[in-house]
Formats: sequence, structure tokens, C-alpha cells
Amino acid sequence: MANLTKTNRRDFLKIAATASGGLFIGFYWSGCDSPKMKVLTNEEILLNAHNFNSYLSISPTGDVVIYSPNPELGQNILTSFPMVVAEELDADWQKVRVIQANLDVEKYDRQLTGGSGAMPHSWERLRKAGATARHLLIAAAATKMNVDASTLSTSNGEVIHKESGKKMGYGELVTDASKLTAPEEVALKDPKDFKIIGTPVKNVENKAMFTGQPLYGLDFYREGMLHAMIQRPPFGMKIKSVDDAAARAISGVTEVVTFKNNVAVVGKSTWPLMKAKKLLKIEYEPDGVVESTFDHDRLFAELLNGKTAEVKRKDGDVDAAFKNAAQVITSEYQCPFLSHSPMEPQNFFAHVQGDKVELVGPTQTPDRARNDTAQLLGIPPENITVQITRLGGGFGRRLRADFVTEAAELSKMMNAPIKLTWSREDDMTGGAYRPAVRYRFQAALDESGNMIGYKLRGVGINAGNSTRENNFPSGAVENVLIESVDHKSAITTNAWRAPITNFLAYAEQSFLDEVALAAKKDPVQFRLDLLAKAKASPVGELQYDVDRMIGVIKMAAEKSNWGKDANVMQGFSVYFSHRSYVAQVANIEMENNQPVLKKIVAATDCGIVVNPTGANHQVRGGIVDGMGHAMYGNLTFENGLPKQKNFDTYRLIRMKEVPEIDVHYVQNGIDPTGLGEPALPPTGGAVANAIFKATGRRLRSQPFIEQKEFSDIKLQIKRA
Amino acid sequence: MANYNLRINGNDYNVEVEDDTPLLWVLRDHIGLVGTKYSCGIAQCGACTVHVNGEAAFSCTLPVSSIGSDEITTIEGLSSEGDHPVQKAWDEVDTAQCGYCQAGQIMTAAAFLRKNPKPTMEEIENAMNRNLCRCGTYHKIREAVALAAKLK
Repeated sequence: MANLTKTNRRDFLKIAATASGGLFIGFYWSGCDSPKMKVLTNEEILLNAHNFNSYLSISPTGDVVIYSPNPELGQNILTSFPMVVAEELDADWQKVRVIQANLDVEKYDRQLTGGSGAMPHSWERLRKAGATARHLLIAAAATKMNVDASTLSTSNGEVIHKESGKKMGYGELVTDASKLTAPEEVALKDPKDFKIIGTPVKNVENKAMFTGQPLYGLDFYREGMLHAMIQRPPFGMKIKSVDDAAARAISGVTEVVTFKNNVAVVGKSTWPLMKAKKLLKIEYEPDGVVESTFDHDRLFAELLNGKTAEVKRKDGDVDAAFKNAAQVITSEYQCPFLSHSPMEPQNFFAHVQGDKVELVGPTQTPDRARNDTAQLLGIPPENITVQITRLGGGFGRRLRADFVTEAAELSKMMNAPIKLTWSREDDMTGGAYRPAVRYRFQAALDESGNMIGYKLRGVGINAGNSTRENNFPSGAVENVLIESVDHKSAITTNAWRAPITNFLAYAEQSFLDEVALAAKKDPVQFRLDLLAKAKASPVGELQYDVDRMIGVIKMAAEKSNWGKDANVMQGFSVYFSHRSYVAQVANIEMENNQPVLKKIVAATDCGIVVNPTGANHQVRGGIVDGMGHAMYGNLTFENGLPKQKNFDTYRLIRMKEVPEIDVHYVQNGIDPTGLGEPALPPTGGAVANAIFKATGRRLRSQPFIEQKEFSDIKLQIKRA
Repeated sequence: MANYNLRINGNDYNVEVEDDTPLLWVLRDHIGLVGTKYSCGIAQCGACTVHVNGEAAFSCTLPVSSIGSDEITTIEGLSSEGDHPVQKAWDEVDTAQCGYCQAGQIMTAAAFLRKNPKPTMEEIENAMNRNLCRCGTYHKIREAVALAAKLK
């Protein structure tokens, strides 16, 4: 037992046993001994359960119910959060039930999914939730057994008196334990004693997912609800006229209504609305500047050469460094807009009744859904409930609440419960994209090949700050200038998995490959030399951990046999994003004079790995995501409207296009630092650098398949 | 509007819908079988995959009027206890991230393995390439299909 920590009162409000919980998982696949045994539903368990804190209730049957507050979109938080609570409780995992909690700002803190932040933020409070209950169960057992609490231990849902061999299950103790006062401070386990954390506990919703149970927002149906779909305007346009006669004539359409530049079709089921929407005759007219991709290419050139830019970081004397340089390397990199395209299109259920609202659906930010709805309707947020369904992906798109407020507005207008569904085309054309960005990098080398100056200007379209000015190589170079220029556009943008770094990392790591080549240095050694300098004499502010970055670089080099096999063309990349570090090596081998991408090796430092299956999913998934969008992803605009509207023209990576991925972790025992995003940013750079090594072609824009440098490269992808 | 008798998962259903209503929306909106998922609506992603007389089919572009007496199987009817070898393999491998595409993946895999019980990895990849997974669980899907082939 180590780490005495203070209890956070906010998390330890007692909750009524039956008043909480959204989705009840009333069955368990592997949790019962015999298929004939009666399996209690969560409701039945909660009927007699005693509540210990915001996260935990235990019933006299010994069943443990753990509430998981953060939205689950595939990052496995609905399994890994309860694992942490159960670990400190020393629960029998077979007796644990998990419930997705509804939005509750009193009970939970940071109840959102974004920024790879859930586990780092909640790690300690989850542990305390379990440890506090365990402490109370031991205290109750000490009284019942008439022994000193210090002579008792716990294991697998039981309190054990070793000397006498007496054991009491948590179920026998819970009634007494729940009457005791929770301690202010509680001892937490030494991580070396973890039994659940670090093991491949299966996803708690496997059975429900694999048998087609209703879990997702789109699966939510309410008796008497109306369906709605919306036709939204192109970016920079407004409605001039609407002819809805043909749409209204579709059987099953009950109403067509124009509001806030949108035209909504309402009816009793989805299909008639899809048909009706296509029959709407809407004339639009410009409402400001209407943009096309062609305009952006011209704009980028102007802004890169323009006099004005926001200086994000300035160290030393950059002008002097570049004047005195033996060699200057300059390169530009560009990325297109991308759609988030989660497999489940945006949707939400809303029922406005007077000044009360019920919201149900897939959101990464339930609190924002509530607050935006409150603001829209002019009612207090407390009048609104939010039930969080499972999310069919998010990738940042569901951080917004536009689809929630649309549903609420329609519910109010129709005076009925509304389920709003976005079609795939709505999802792809409805806005909030990964912004398009162009970067110009410049490096000044001295005669020995040392980088004495580094300049970066990022120009983006609604990208905000398109740089990460304090990231590597800042801190390792004497003279640095980082600038950002943002162009305001009617095309909406939003965080997209690993915001900014999802492209910046590729550009930067490709550029550093170019610089290492010019400096006649091995790309891995080049980075290690820079980091050694940052460690010995950091320049300015250092916001990354040099040792952790060196750790993943060395591990990736070792695990990939970096530079050891002349027949393997390797590309290296390393990036720090959010709080974690990932280095990757892509291996290309030549077969019949054509490059074949065989493998990507990843070394990750995310601190303690809570669930190795979940972690592997995030690393492999992040790499597949990063590689797929670098290779194929492209959303282009014509007169304010995306040209790609569905998966026939917006290409996503498929099974046959992924290489083998070899995953390794640095074991350093530090508290978890998050893994939903950090594996994605390095991938594009590793692949592009390997392609350069194999073919001599430097890919400076995405998607790769649309670059002329790539046009005659027949890159194959093969798995072992 | 027309009346259709449909044979789904061994049960008879009677629905009154327009002729062009895709099976996907009949299942979801009219019968309440929501395990079959909507994602693209144009037969590109496979999230809506069901079996028609044992063959994998995209239900999002299959008009109800074309079904006649065909036997439809959805994810809900693949097995009575969720214990079809493909479902067991999916659990064993812990295949899912968000899970939204996985019912379609399972239906594609189950139809494929019925025709090809001992596939090579290449055959598995060719069969599964029609189903998109935005989370990138492709490695796990390959592994799960290969395991299901062994479990059969």
C-alpha cells in the first residue's frame, strides 16, 4: 500500500441506487457459472444495493455495480474505468456490472471524451472510489469478526482474516459498511500488486454488440416519436427560396419546415424523409464569401509569403542563424480538409416539454449538449437530462452539439419527441472538418551539419494556431521562429482526432528526415543528438519530457532493427501529443522492383497500460487511421460544397490496405498519460520517409495517392 | 403503400411500407431489429449486411419489394444464444472498438465461412475487404475470422 491520497468530496456524493444509470446491461456472457442460473438484471441488483460513491454500488448478493461516466466511442473507457475502480476494491471481476452513467455535473468531473484525457484525469479518483469502499468493507469485517482491521486483507470480493482462515464476502458486509463514514484519506495499492489493471479484460459490451442489441444513439426509439432530417446550406450560402411541394407529396412525410437556413422534413419513419429531402427544391444565394479548394491553394501561397503572421515562439536570433548557415533547407507541406466520418452518422433524440428537456444520444460532450440546448431554449441547464448512448465512433465530430440543438429546436417546433438522423451525405457535407493547412519549414545547418536555426510558418483555414510551437524540435535549437496565420472561412472546422498534430507531425517528421539527409546524419541519431542538446542545455521553454521521447525512439529503433538490414527500407517518425510519446518505423521491402509496405513498428510510452487489449486497439487503430488518411483522405470544395459526399468518392482505408503492426510499450510505471490519439500523428511521417528511402520520392502533400510524385509508384501492402 | 410478408430470423412479419423501402429501414423502423446498422446507404461500407438465403447482402439498397419469400437472417437471428462460432470468435479476440460496424462484419464473415470453411488468410481478406471499419480493427477482424474457422 502506497500513495495516501485525499478524498475528493465532489466524487463521493452518495447517489440514490435506482436514480442513476442510462443503459442497463442486463446480461453477461462469461459472468455466470451455468447458463441455467438466474442472472439478475442490473435493476434487480440495484434494488437492494448500497451506494458508496458516484462510481460504486454493492448489493448484499455481492454483485458490484460500477458507473462509468465518460462517453464510450471505442476507446474502451467503459471497460477500463471500471477496471480501475474494481482493482482498488479488490473486486471479483466476474461479479462486476458496468453502467454508463447519465450526465451528472454534481457527481462527475470532466464527463467528456476528448484530448486523450479521461484516464489521466480520472485515474486517481477512480482508484480512490474503489479503495474507499474497500476500506469501509474491511472496517465492517473487523467489527463482525471482532479483530483488528490491520489483521485483515482482501482478495477477489472477500475480506480475509489470515490467522483464523475466516472469510467474509463483500455482500455480507455491505449493509454495515455502507453506514460507516468514508475516510478523508485512503491508501492506494502499489502498482506491482495490481491484479486487474494490466490484464486483457474483455470489452464489457461484447455480447450486446455482437448480438445486435440496441446500444447506439441511432438505435434509440421512443413510442410516438417523429423522425426528422435536415437539408443544410452550402458554406457561405443562405436560402433564397424553397419549393417543398414534391417533398410534401411523399407518403410518410408529415411536415416540412424551414428554420435558420435549414429545411427539415419530418415524418414517421426514416426512408420517406430520405426520399423527400432529395425532392426539396432549394435555391441558395451567397451570404458572404463562397469558397472552393482552388481558392485555398492560391490563398495558402499568399499567406505563406505575407508580411503578417502571429509569432508563437521566438528563441535566439533566427535571421543571423540563417545568414551564417552553411546550408538552408526549405520545404512546404500541405494537407486537405478531412471529414470525421464516424460509422454512425450524427443523430440525437430530443423531447422538449415546456421548460423541461430530455436528450438521448451519442455525444462526446454531454455537458455541452445540455448547455447549448439550455441556451437555445432559454431555460436553466438543470432542466435538461442527457442520457449517453454508446457512440459509433466520434473522432472529434461529436464534441460539437449542433446535431443536439437541431433536434431540440425541432422537438419544440413540432411539439413532439424528435429523433434527428443525419444521412451519410449530411454527415460528410454538414461541416466541422479537419482544417486544411500548409506549412513552410526552414532549417539552417552549420558546416558540421548541426541545426542552428529552425523556422516554421503554418497557414490554415479556420485552424486556429496551426503550430505546436513548444513541441520538439523547439528547445533543442538555439534560434527558432514559429508563426501561425489563420484564414477565417465559412467552412466550419473542428478538432479531428489529434487536432493539428494529425498533420503537423507528418510534415515535421518528413522535414526532419530531409534535414538529417542534408546533414548527412542517420535520421534516428539526428533526433537523439537534438534531444541530448535539449536535455543538456534547453533553449527556452521545454514542454515535453526529453527522456520519455528518447525512450520511445530507442525502443522503436531496437524493435525494428533500425538500419541493420540493407534490404529493408525504413522510415522513422516520433511524436509527442497530448501527454504520451509514440515512435514508429515503417518497413518497405522491394519485390520485383516495386515497394511493398510490410510492417509498422510502434513504441509507445503512455505510462501504465490499463488494458493491453484496449491499448493495442488504440495504437493499431491510430496507425490505421493515420495511414489511411495520409494515403487516401481528401475532401475538396466547389462553391461552398464538398465534392465528396459518401464513401464511394471519399475513400477510407480497407482491410487489404493495412500492413502488419508490431506494438511495444515502455514500462516505466508512471500514471497513465492517455492513448486515444497519440499513436496517429507519427504514422504519415514514418510511411512517407520509408517511401522516400525506397523510391527517392518525397511526398509533401496528402493524400499520397493524388500526388504526382506518387503516380508511378505502385506501393503494395502485404501482411505477414 | 403495400403489404409485405417477410420471413426474418425464422419468424413471420407483416409490414405495410412503400415498395422502394430498403430492407434496412424495414428492419430498423418497422420491425425494431436495430442490430443491422445504417452508415452509408449506398452499399459501400457493409454495416447493413444481412443474409438473404444464407448469402451476405447489403440491406441498405435492397428494396423490400424484391424480397418475396427469401429467408432473411439478421445479427439478432444468427444464433439463439449469441454463440455462433463467429460471434464466439469475435468475443474471444475482443475485436471491437466502437463496435458499430461489427454486426455487419460478423454477418459477412459468417456467410463467407459457410461457403469456405477452411479459408486462407488471403481469402479472408478478400471476403472482408467489403466491410469498412473506421476505428481500424482490421487486424482483429482477420484474427477473429481465422479463429472462427477453427471453432467450427
